[in-house]
Amino acid sequence: MSSFLLRFLGLIRDAVRDLLPIVLVIGFFQVAVIQQPFPNLVETAIGLIMVILGLALFVQGLEQGLFPIGETMANAFARKGSLSALLAFAFCLGFGTTAAEPALIAVAGEAADVAAMAKVIDADDASRDAYAMGLRITVALSVGAALVLGVFRILKGWPVHVLIIGGYIVVVVLTFFAPPEIIGIAYDSGGVTTSTITVPLVTALGVGLASVIKGRNPMVDGFGLIAFASLTPMIFVMFYGMLF
Amino acid sequence: MDLLSHVGTTFVLTLRDVAPIVLILVVFQFAVLRKKPPHLGRIVGGFVYVLIGLTLFLVGLEQALFPIGETMARQLTDPLFIGEGAVLDLIDWRDYGWVYAFAFAIGFSTAIAEPSLIAVSVKAEQISGGTVRASGLRIAVALGVAVGVALGTFRIVTGTPLHWYISAAYVVVIAQTLRTPRAIIPLAYDSGGVSTSTVTVPIITALGLGLATSIPGRSPLLDGFGMIAFACLFPMISVMGYSQLTVFLARFKKPVSTPKEVT
Repeated sequence: MSSFLLRFLGLIRDAVRDLLPIVLVIGFFQVAVIQQPFPNLVETAIGLIMVILGLALFVQGLEQGLFPIGETMANAFARKGSLSALLAFAFCLGFGTTAAEPALIAVAGEAADVAAMAKVIDADDASRDAYAMGLRITVALSVGAALVLGVFRILKGWPVHVLIIGGYIVVVVLTFFAPPEIIGIAYDSGGVTTSTITVPLVTALGVGLASVIKGRNPMVDGFGLIAFASLTPMIFVMFYGMLF
Repeated sequence: MDLLSHVGTTFVLTLRDVAPIVLILVVFQFAVLRKKPPHLGRIVGGFVYVLIGLTLFLVGLEQALFPIGETMARQLTDPLFIGEGAVLDLIDWRDYGWVYAFAFAIGFSTAIAEPSLIAVSVKAEQISGGTVRASGLRIAVALGVAVGVALGTFRIVTGTPLHWYISAAYVVVIAQTLRTPRAIIPLAYDSGGVSTSTVTVPIITALGLGLATSIPGRSPLLDGFGMIAFACLFPMISVMGYSQLTVFLARFKKPVSTPKEVT
């Protein structure tokens, strides 16, 4: 029990170190640049303590829950040897986690406002909601497809940079054809898809697969799934903008 | 009491975000793999930690950092702060020095605190057997986010098209890919996507929207976007750059044969 406590204290220390830069930056700008006193010091202090505790607990949970389950499942899938089951899992993980992602819901709402302003869709709530929903499904599909492609790549041992650079070329070409108001949203949608819980799971899955499969190196082949998940939404969203 | 109800609501929201993931894991684990994973209790405990940890983290951020960070982004982009009441039609990008400085500093510091980046760098250190240091990777990524966010604010101030920057950065990424050790490339590519998450996105979005609103001729809806794309792209460049620098220094150091040299 005491070793657990000791470990937790270490995690708290790490969390304090990780949050120190933000506190310093905001403190400096508040006092030296904007030259205003801190509002609500007590609430801020309570909030900071919660952030530190939360980060420490998250890191503990990461190593105790998220990483092991990702690796165990990668292991079990490799042993089972069913390609379709593994790819189905990859697709569901990508689609399911992205469709519910709060950052994506926010961006999709803003995108609907942009589309309404640009008179691409009607300005009433119903068509805006439909557009935002369509966008969310599009991005979720693209992340599902990205994980399927990424897992398939790990199995085949294809070099990641060839696929990613190919994807970039597609992005640049599509930029010339996509309506200008969708481009900013499309580029941003790549960054909002990978949430705090998805990233560790997906990373553990990729690294786990690459460790189990013969001839694959976890460093060279295990990473890269997140890169696909941040690339395909750009392509899919620009297509979505061209179709509607 | 207010805080407690806020914690409650956030917990339910986090639970709702985690639910589909848990559902997928459970369905595949028990219906497809049909095997109970070892240390199931420990893993469930880990998920409970993640759930409570994320809840506290989010409530704390909303309580302590986001209000100040967002107000600050608005105040720094306020025409009164920038031009001291000067003529608003003449925008000179040089007037926005504090905005770029804030963008750089906040980009760096939020990326350092980003939980998904912690996860990937911990994993990278484990897998590489310590060759890739978690702290080194995180600092490299954070520098990339810092440069990206600062450049993103510069783009909004000058009103130059987003895709010029993105295309140019792609060219740099491709050129670096040809010259970076192959083992680092996938990790570098991944680091782009993980750097923009819970902590970074709200603050830099507020900064972009604040700038686009306060500068005449910019539309918050059209020009406010793009900050996340920048923050995603530049870590790839900085991580590959960091690895290239390490290789370069190692080559440079060899003939000197003084092991205790401090750089």
